[in-house]
Amino acid sequence: MALVLDDDQLMLRDTAGRFLAERAPIAQLRRLRDEHDELGYSAQLWQEMATMGWPGIAIPEKFGGLGMGYTELGIVLEQVGRNLSASPLEASALVGATAVAELGTEAQKESLLPAVAGGELTFALALQEGSRHQPRKTAMSALKQSDGWVLQGRKVLVFDGHTADKMIVVARTAGRPGDETGLSVFVVDADTDGVLVERVVMVDSRNSANVSFDGVEVGPDGLLGSEGGAYAPLQRVLDIANVGMAAELLGLSAEAFERTLEYLKVREQFGVPIGSFQALQHRAAKMYAELELARSIVLTSLQAIDGADDSLSALASACKAKLCEVATLVTAEAIQMHGGIGMTDEADIGLFIKRARVAQQTYGDYSYHLDRFARLNSY
Amino acid sequence: MVSLSDLEEFRHEVRRWLGANCPESMRTPVLSDADYYLGGSNPEFSHPDQKRWADLMAEKGWTTPTWPSEYGGGGLTREEAAILRDEMSAIGARSPLNSFGISMLGPALLEYGNEDQKSEHLPKIVRGEITWCQGYSEPGAGSDLASLQTRAEDTGDHYLVNGQKVWTSFADKADWIFCLVRTDNSGTKHEGISFLLVEMASEGVSVRPIKLISGKSSFCETFFDNVRVPKENLVGEEGKGWEIAKYLLTHERETISGFGQDSSGRTLAEVATEEIGLGADGRLEDGVLRRDVAQLEVDLLAFAATMDRVRDEAKAGQGLGAASSIVKYCGTELNKRRFELMMSLHGERALAWEGEHCDDGEMPRAWLRTKANSIEGGTSEIQLNIVAKRVLGLPS
Ligand SMILES: Cc1cc2nc3c(=O)[nH]c(=O)nc-3n(C[C@H](O)[C@H](O)[C@H](O)COP(=O)(O)OP(=O)(O)OC[C@H]3O[C@@H](n4cnc5c(N)ncnc54)[C@H](O)[C@@H]3O)c2cc1C
Repeated sequence: MALVLDDDQLMLRDTAGRFLAERAPIAQLRRLRDEHDELGYSAQLWQEMATMGWPGIAIPEKFGGLGMGYTELGIVLEQVGRNLSASPLEASALVGATAVAELGTEAQKESLLPAVAGGELTFALALQEGSRHQPRKTAMSALKQSDGWVLQGRKVLVFDGHTADKMIVVARTAGRPGDETGLSVFVVDADTDGVLVERVVMVDSRNSANVSFDGVEVGPDGLLGSEGGAYAPLQRVLDIANVGMAAELLGLSAEAFERTLEYLKVREQFGVPIGSFQALQHRAAKMYAELELARSIVLTSLQAIDGADDSLSALASACKAKLCEVATLVTAEAIQMHGGIGMTDEADIGLFIKRARVAQQTYGDYSYHLDRFARLNSY
Repeated sequence: MVSLSDLEEFRHEVRRWLGANCPESMRTPVLSDADYYLGGSNPEFSHPDQKRWADLMAEKGWTTPTWPSEYGGGGLTREEAAILRDEMSAIGARSPLNSFGISMLGPALLEYGNEDQKSEHLPKIVRGEITWCQGYSEPGAGSDLASLQTRAEDTGDHYLVNGQKVWTSFADKADWIFCLVRTDNSGTKHEGISFLLVEMASEGVSVRPIKLISGKSSFCETFFDNVRVPKENLVGEEGKGWEIAKYLLTHERETISGFGQDSSGRTLAEVATEEIGLGADGRLEDGVLRRDVAQLEVDLLAFAATMDRVRDEAKAGQGLGAASSIVKYCGTELNKRRFELMMSLHGERALAWEGEHCDDGEMPRAWLRTKANSIEGGTSEIQLNIVAKRVLGLPS
């Protein structure tokens, strides 16, 4: 695959960019925040996204999706990043649907994926338990019963957990925290008895939840994938999720950079535009170069998902780590170069660093992925 | 039966030919600068097979795969050239010939030279018969290249050249030099510059080597004292040389950014594991170095992907603005980081300069040489200026 977008992909990028700038601009995120919106995203926007087929971009046609691929989903997520558009696209289409597609049986895919593709069903991944992403350390238990399992435990950072119809829950059917084996994945209706959801609005004004599972009963068809063998397929789901988050980080970094660049040209001090100062020019040029590297590794990684590249894991970790680094650099410089105005809530530029921080932390941060990259390369 | 597509057939043919013709000794990693074959009228060989390999490749035009075959080149399309590159790297084949003629002057002549100049010089570059050096920099004109002062006076039937160049790599070995000279002083500093080809054996040309901090002396000062240069050696129009100079610099930047790959073919992680060792948890025992290695490897991956993307976008007619500046800046800064880390990983062993069992100080010399990567061909600061002004449109 050539590392360029083809004509269809370029068109998708432009359409998605225009649509989101019009229908889900940063002003919308502000409104949702200031009005303490119950959903935390616009239901109407989500329906419009569904009409365009976005939730099903990466879902095969036989399961009701558009059957395009993750490269295309990544292209849309980059535009989502540019506009800081809140929607269930990441939690539900990028992560939830991928988990079903990677772990589920044919029957489960047939029953769940078309509804996700149509925008009627949303998912949330309930994975993390402590303050850091450590899938192997999962302690939550799933106790086998005669007819299914009983889930007991607590999850944090469940994105869109307060609105999702179904939770994808990672729990332990065997072994101890730290073991790779013994992890299993369940699909649980959010309104099942014993599921207690506590909404948490995050620093980026988007939604997450702490979810307690207190004696939650799951039937035999609630198991996604093999009992105790979820670790490997889950890693692949997380690889894909991380590349998707990296695409979003790329979009928000590129946007923050371009807004800053514009500011450097118009803001005057000492009688000249501040962008004429070489100290700032060089920092701007370095950011631009870093963004180009970031763009290359994101596209390479997206194509590696679609190309079923078996070295995806190391690449995905490299990609996420790189984007964490670049996003940190660019969003912090964006504020610095805006001076005092950059610190005000009124200016949009500060919203980028907030979203960046959350997206970085989600499914493993810089140090997690740098460490994982080294481990996967045996050092 | 499915017939093979043309490209696949080409790949088979290349694979077969390389298999039959690339000497075993030319399928080993290049260990030092001395291992590169530079050609020229007084060639130096570090291995007897070097000449045979270069000659065989030159016969097919594959020392310059994409140049037109009428000038001795391979006449290959980009796709075919990429296949050749793949197949060569698959067997670890060395590049048969490295020269400024191939990487810099050739592309400029193909774009701006007249028919006589092309048919005179290009085939000799392809076959490595003559070597070229680059006469751009002067004592007072480095980053500010356009303020150069070397004069070329039109005396009717020839130019009379006077002045001094500096930092002329390999001037002591080169047969010819391509120079920027001033033919007119009346306009702005970018006007009145001409692009001239000068034979080093001409009367009045003298060269003095300068030693580098790496202990090597490929560096020279070049003096022109009333040198007579035939007027047919002017490339392009008189006074319009700046455009050619810039075109050539683009090629130079892309070449330099590819320098300094680890010659042994081992990854940093492999070197690190060997030198430092893994702890019981499978991690490198020095946590700080482990982090440095991982960060650099991630950046190297992103850089390699960028090089691929630049190539693919160029092919698709899209393309980064000022790709050559970004690639030069990132590539050379990465090289420097890579060699800093290599020095740390090798520890005490990387410090030996001379003596027995120290490979002539290959490691520290290579490390010191990389410091020039972000100076030669335009410094990192100048690349950042170019990006800031031309790509980002920041004001002066
Ligand atoms: C190993 C090596 C090989 C070389 N080979 C050749 C060759 O074969 N032929 C040839 O013609 N030349 C060659 N060069 C010369 C090279 O192109 C110049 O050294 C380079 O362009 C820098 O010029 P300078 O050395 O005069 O440094 P200066 O221009 O004096 O720069 C000194 C410092 O000031 C900075 N600086 C200058 N202007 C600015 C500005 N506007 N903004 C910010 N910072 C600035 C520079 O970045 C640098 O850090 C070679 C150099 C090296 C090191």
